[in-house]
Amino acid sequence: MRISSLFPRTRDGHIAFGLGAVSCLASGILLLILVFVFGEAWPALRTIGVLRFLSDTAWYPTDNAFGLAPMLAASFALAAGALILAAPVGVAAAIFRLYYAPAWLKTPYRGLVLLLAGTPSVVLGLWGLMVLVPLIARLEPPGASLIAGILVLALMIVPTVAITAEAALESVPRSCWAAANALGLGREAALLNVVLPAAREGVAGGILLAGARALGETMVVLMITGNIVRMPDGLFAPVRALTSNIALEMAYATGDHRASLFVSGLALTLLVFLLSFAARTGRRMRYV
Amino acid sequence: MFSRRALGFLLALSMGLGIAAGAHADDRIVVTGSSTIAPLMAEIGKRFEKLHPGLRVDVQSGGSTRGVTDVRAGLSDIGMVSRAMSDDERDLVAYEIARDGIAIILHRDNPLTELSRRQIVGIYTGRVTDWSEVGGKPGRITVVNKAEGRSTLELFLAYFRLGVRDIVAHVVIGDNQQGIKTVSANPGAIGYVSIGTAEFEASAGTPVKLLGLEGVPASVANVKNGTYPLSRPLNLVTRPAGGERLERFIGFARSAEVDDIVADQFFVPSHP
Repeated sequence: MRISSLFPRTRDGHIAFGLGAVSCLASGILLLILVFVFGEAWPALRTIGVLRFLSDTAWYPTDNAFGLAPMLAASFALAAGALILAAPVGVAAAIFRLYYAPAWLKTPYRGLVLLLAGTPSVVLGLWGLMVLVPLIARLEPPGASLIAGILVLALMIVPTVAITAEAALESVPRSCWAAANALGLGREAALLNVVLPAAREGVAGGILLAGARALGETMVVLMITGNIVRMPDGLFAPVRALTSNIALEMAYATGDHRASLFVSGLALTLLVFLLSFAARTGRRMRYV
Repeated sequence: MFSRRALGFLLALSMGLGIAAGAHADDRIVVTGSSTIAPLMAEIGKRFEKLHPGLRVDVQSGGSTRGVTDVRAGLSDIGMVSRAMSDDERDLVAYEIARDGIAIILHRDNPLTELSRRQIVGIYTGRVTDWSEVGGKPGRITVVNKAEGRSTLELFLAYFRLGVRDIVAHVVIGDNQQGIKTVSANPGAIGYVSIGTAEFEASAGTPVKLLGLEGVPASVANVKNGTYPLSRPLNLVTRPAGGERLERFIGFARSAEVDDIVADQFFVPSHP
């Protein structure tokens, strides 16, 4: 296909060209960043080796131990835990607002969800550190723990789940409702058997998006999970996520230490890519 | 949505790390290194700029180690190093501009007023896990440590003759403020931060208190008179023969003209 037929000399064609150029630029920058991160991580990957990042049991980068596995596990546990809490609550919140909330409540309720969605994570982190962590410490010291991170992350991603689930539910054609009603199904039965299944891929996509957000979150986990590098062996155990590892040590790292932090970044990026890939395949499955 | 977040984060990261400003411009003095000294040098730099219009002082933090490597590599004119210079750093000239101490801090509600060296080592190596073992109220100890690479950690380890692997911590923190917040939110916690920060926070009503060491109370005054053992010099380093321009700036940074700035940052001025 010739370029000129892709972007004909019409107004529409000019807009298409502009949009194309901007999206190329955006993905180009993303690609450059990936190349940069990989380039910075390369010295560590070459001299230390990929295997040792997975097999070393400890992380003492200034003392030649580079185990990332505990942090991979911690990042995963944090995101998974947050999703287990946030997904049902978020979906329930969306269903409540769309189908059950009285009319006068709908707008303020949405405002509340958007407010929570817009709360800077550092504010949530500060709240977690000053309120939640001391409460947990009373149950089981030291308080800064996996569970603290899971709770605040869940709070942070509930609005993401709720907003995307609402959009997915709203996009279910009215005719589905009409057909379900015509079959004599009540509101509950129609919701559970017709509307939710019809919206499930949108809802699942939103949940995975929220999961990616939880994986990438830095400030909250840095402030309240204790940052101890070890395999998460309980909800009250302090853990360090890949993101906080970078934020904690990058400012002072040099040489192999610095390069190994870029390896953490690379590992995190891969984890997030896998997740968004899973989200996309999941969405496509429905049409197979 | 997430990819834009990730993009922003990585972009900020790459920008933060990519600054390898070229030194040697005549109208510009590049200072890099310890994040403990950086805020101080930024203020001193501002005052120096006012006295010398047309000249710019550019301060970037990144740790003492970066301060040394940047000067060696010619990426900066002056390095900031918040520890005593080591033997393999004799190729550089160091000028002490101030002193800083590290205070061991506890929650205000903790009845203890002093711990021996042995007790602190015991707590930080995980052999002592309950306050009752060191004469305090029964309760689990939460050990707060600094992240690797921080000069505060290095000084702490060197003073107590510990290695990084010896420490069994429950919380690892980044900067001093995070340390203060973590300890003030947990009555069973023990941590260590810059003495100036700790003294300021304690006097401002934050529920933390400073522990004495070897019978010497932790205070800025005792760092100044040299009796407090856990303290460190704040150094500026340059290559030998840095030139008249740098000498004038360093002379200014060590003069009484900036005592008020040094005191504002809770450090103790050192004059040549």
